[in-house]
Amino acid sequence: MELKSILTLPECTLLAQGNPDRTVSKVFCCDLLSIAMSKAPADSVWVTVMGNKNTLAVASLADVACIVLAEGVSLDEGTLAKAEEEGIAVLSTTLPVFDIALEIYEAGLS
Amino acid sequence: MSEKLTFQYVISGDDFTRAGEASSSVKNKLKQLGVDDAAIRKTAIAMYEGEINMVIHANGGMITVTISDTVIEMILADQGPGIKDISKAMQAGYSTAPEEVRSLGFGAGMGLPNMKKFSDEFQIESTPGVGTTVTMKVFL
Repeated sequence: MELKSILTLPECTLLAQGNPDRTVSKVFCCDLLSIAMSKAPADSVWVTVMGNKNTLAVASLADVACIVLAEGVSLDEGTLAKAEEEGIAVLSTTLPVFDIALEIYEAGLS
Repeated sequence: MSEKLTFQYVISGDDFTRAGEASSSVKNKLKQLGVDDAAIRKTAIAMYEGEINMVIHANGGMITVTISDTVIEMILADQGPGIKDISKAMQAGYSTAPEEVRSLGFGAGMGLPNMKKFSDEFQIESTPGVGTTVTMKVFL
């Protein structure tokens, strides 16, 4: 499944588009950055409520394709610009973690 | 590559949000050198955890990365307070990180265990009051 199918989910606001043609692997949910860093699969879509600069650093180092910020969490503009630079997509949604992860799963990412 | 490449990074101790810049830089260099993706990921994760530790606990320090045909070696040296009980610090879940660090999603006592897990060779030496040096190797 390509990242672009997730970027257009109706409940999500697109904050950084990353590389829409990238093939994504799995959906992964975690808020503890040390665990996310060691467990997030490469090319995954990572759902979290942790929205700070370190979230992007972890995503970048773990080769995550897309960060989905749940519960209305956002990232500051500087961090979003950096995400764009690094080719990592960022979405924001008001949905809880489970609900958005399920939607991504049902969109074709199991 | 036939020669060894060495890179040095000074890790600033006061800016938690900048932690990761050195690891990102190493990651990009390894990519340019055409190093295998799995080895890059291991190196990046191990080094980032080390960087975070240096910022949280040791007021920064110095990281030296040497890349050869066969191995990526990272030496992380600080002049922080040192670790009294290394075996305790190596236990997953044991942490002395302050609350503000925990609120950012770190400080869960996973740093040193992750560094050991993602490196092929891991060595730690620490003297209370003098500092800590961690040496990690990822074989290529």
